[in-house]
Amino acid sequence: MIRVNGRERPDPTNVRILLSDYLRHELGLTGTHVGCEHGVCGCCTVLLDGRPVRSCLMLAVQAGRHEVTTIEGLAGEGKLHPIQQAFHECHALQCGFCTPGFVLAVAGLLAKHRKPSDLEIDEGISGNLCRCTGYASIRRAVRRATELSK
Amino acid sequence: MTTRWFGERVQRLEDERFLRGTGLYTDDLGEGALEGCFVRSPYAHARITSIDTSAATAVPGVVAVYTAADLPFGQTDLPLLIPHPSLTQGRTQKCLAYEVVRYVGEAVAFVVAESRYVAEDAADQVLVEYEPLPVVITPETAQGAEHLVHADVPGNVAAELRQESGDVEVALSKAPHNLRLRLRFERGGAHPLEARAVWARWLEREGKLTVYDSTQSPTSIRGGLAVLFGLPETSVEVIAPDVGGGFGPKIMLFYPDELLVPFAAMQLGRPVKWTEDRREHFTAVNQERGQVHDVRVGYDGEGRLLGLDVDFIHDAGAYTPYGIILPIITAAQVPGPYRVPSYRVRFKALYTNATPTSPYRGAGRPHACFVMERTLDAIARELGLERAEVRRRNLLQPGDFPHEVGVGWQDGGRVVYDSGNYPALLETTLQHLGPKPAGEQVGLGLAMYVEGTGVGPYEGAHVQVLVSGEVVASTGIPTQGQGHQTVFAQVVADELGVRPEQVAVTTGDTRRFQWGVGTFASRAAVTAGNAMAVAARNVALKARRIAAEQLEVDPEDLELAGGMVRVKGAPDRGLPLAAVAILSNPLRYAFGGGAEIATPFQARPRPGPPLPEGEAPGLEATGYYSPPLGSTWAAGCHAAWVAVDPDTYRLRFLKYVVTHDCGRVINPLVLEGQIQGGVAQGIGGAFYERLAYDADGQLRNASFMEFLMPYATEVPEVEIHHQETPSPLNPLGIKGAGEAGTIPVGALVASAVEDALGVRITEMPLSPLKLFELSRPRC
Repeated sequence: MIRVNGRERPDPTNVRILLSDYLRHELGLTGTHVGCEHGVCGCCTVLLDGRPVRSCLMLAVQAGRHEVTTIEGLAGEGKLHPIQQAFHECHALQCGFCTPGFVLAVAGLLAKHRKPSDLEIDEGISGNLCRCTGYASIRRAVRRATELSK
Repeated sequence: MTTRWFGERVQRLEDERFLRGTGLYTDDLGEGALEGCFVRSPYAHARITSIDTSAATAVPGVVAVYTAADLPFGQTDLPLLIPHPSLTQGRTQKCLAYEVVRYVGEAVAFVVAESRYVAEDAADQVLVEYEPLPVVITPETAQGAEHLVHADVPGNVAAELRQESGDVEVALSKAPHNLRLRLRFERGGAHPLEARAVWARWLEREGKLTVYDSTQSPTSIRGGLAVLFGLPETSVEVIAPDVGGGFGPKIMLFYPDELLVPFAAMQLGRPVKWTEDRREHFTAVNQERGQVHDVRVGYDGEGRLLGLDVDFIHDAGAYTPYGIILPIITAAQVPGPYRVPSYRVRFKALYTNATPTSPYRGAGRPHACFVMERTLDAIARELGLERAEVRRRNLLQPGDFPHEVGVGWQDGGRVVYDSGNYPALLETTLQHLGPKPAGEQVGLGLAMYVEGTGVGPYEGAHVQVLVSGEVVASTGIPTQGQGHQTVFAQVVADELGVRPEQVAVTTGDTRRFQWGVGTFASRAAVTAGNAMAVAARNVALKARRIAAEQLEVDPEDLELAGGMVRVKGAPDRGLPLAAVAILSNPLRYAFGGGAEIATPFQARPRPGPPLPEGEAPGLEATGYYSPPLGSTWAAGCHAAWVAVDPDTYRLRFLKYVVTHDCGRVINPLVLEGQIQGGVAQGIGGAFYERLAYDADGQLRNASFMEFLMPYATEVPEVEIHHQETPSPLNPLGIKGAGEAGTIPVGALVASAVEDALGVRITEMPLSPLKLFELSRPRC
């Protein structure tokens, strides 16, 4: 069993299935995106016990006995999470493909630093590629998220 | 007083599904679909001597393995887009390679299996024997023509074109000063973070083919599939759902998968899906930018241009599916915002054993801009003038429009700039840039550009008011992140007097709108945006006609505002749009929601048939916008203070200022996102991203670990200023903006590095290593 977004989910059908493919194609949680499948772009970022990890670089079976949070689990069906709200307000997304990975990376960052410095922000998001926004609006969104999280 | 949404910083309406992870990208579909995987050529040039699929077919879970021999269209050359008379030796590839492969990554076989994992296992079992042939990899070696990419194309020359305005030889010989430059631009790749994907389903009983495709042109794909498969267009639906970035290369007619996935779905009677992985994206998806320019320029002692002669070779790649679109744009865009009294441009498009080229954000313009801006910097250096001053002396003036450049444009017309104020762009930018900051090795980067945007032939839109009062709007062009659902909603909302969030926009779905061309050439806002305005205006006219009858007033006395059609000056006299929508459709029944007002038992204020002569039911209308031959010409100026680290040769952008003019701005928030993102992509192309092909035609850095795209740590915050010179060519006065941010960045970086280090920059992209080598004292 794997815990995903607070629920116990069945084991993957095959031991060689990547965590990203398991989430997307076995659980239907398609908000986790696959951009490079070699651990560089960060689109597949999920939280493993609250820490950002690349789900394309892990086998699903390795997530056993851990708590996985995907973008679908961040706010559930309720109000947008402050990070999501900040991304919206700051136009920190365009095509949306990298967005779930960024939002979860920022969740990891803000869990570590409640009020990150500019350098910490750049470090916190520097494992994720965005080809649309040019990042300035994403930096602004991180700062805005710290205000909204108060 | 009515609210106007055009020009407002409206926050995007499409954001929520992306933020919650509930967007719908092509690979998100397809539970239960069969999955495909390609076998691709590992050689840049080789003869295929045999293909053995028996072992692959025997892998449990494999459903089909296709080679060229298995396809009814296996011998068909794929279409050639935008044929031009100068393209005397156009060549396109077959869906699957037949006899010869001409680039690494060319598709050879297609495996379909119960899962992607099985399909990949089986693809490894397809045994292809090749006999390697000599490889031609750079445009220079192609020009040398020691070996040929296509045995029947002499000299590797696909196309050759010469254009001249004025007499350049005379101008150069009379000019007091002459300079020669050789400038080189290498290939790059767009790399949207979502690679390509196609899903298809064939419903035998209905005879209906449905295709989801991450394409930038679903209407064209639909037309092509119908012809190729012998189906009525009305039986083919193509939908571009959410698309994770496009930047140009996602538009082709066709990539092999766009035929094979629907073909397999029809053959096998089950939905089939193929999702590209990043490694194959590196070589299977079109690239751009390889050109080498020889420039001769004549100028006077004040730095004024007198004659410009540009002779360049263009790296077409192994095939020319896009005709000469790239070099013809480069040829047209070299003069930029400057007055060039005599201009001659010649080019040869040359075949190489590399991935075909087609437009990538900028499309022929970053290199054109690099050529002109490098030339002006060289003139400034020779004469000891400020670089800004040389530009000031050569810029076209506000009174010069319309300005004819004297060469042809990509749409078959001539290049004519419609409007602009270039000197103001320069002065605004310099003023905001401010003085040079302190520090070691800091240089000024400066570059200006124009961009022909919004080319035809046309786009259309459909706008309908539902009986709920909500508005739906659709257009044929698809969206890859540009915020179309917001900006088109703003345009429609203004015409119908509603709020943007009451307008639900659908893009790129032939079920909703079957006509149109595609999203490319910074044309969506100009073409589809104006079509939206036309359609919505038609709806508003109809709403006023219907309401006027009901209210017994003149339609001219009515206005649409606050979700009502109401009497001007008497806002309490009116009908809600929902009621007008109901009235637009005469009924024989009532189903609640106010429907009884449209039944025959309701007193009708006029005689005649319930549906008036010449009127159609429904509060809906279609509108089209087809620009005259010629484009709307956006322009801008970029300036930056750039520091080169003395130890690592890393670049730091201390300040980066853009002044941009794309006519009237629909949504500054969205526009600034386009510009900032464009600059980031330009920085990548100028300093980090290089497609490293070796002499054997192998791409040596086909992963994000070695092909370096900028992260947040490499991209500065760009200070953006808007200047609005309306275009006289369309009702909204707008020009395109999608590509502009990228165009001048290479030229700017070259200019800044040259200034900071005192070295000569004649090529793109640069890198820390390159700067180190250039700066190192020669032994």
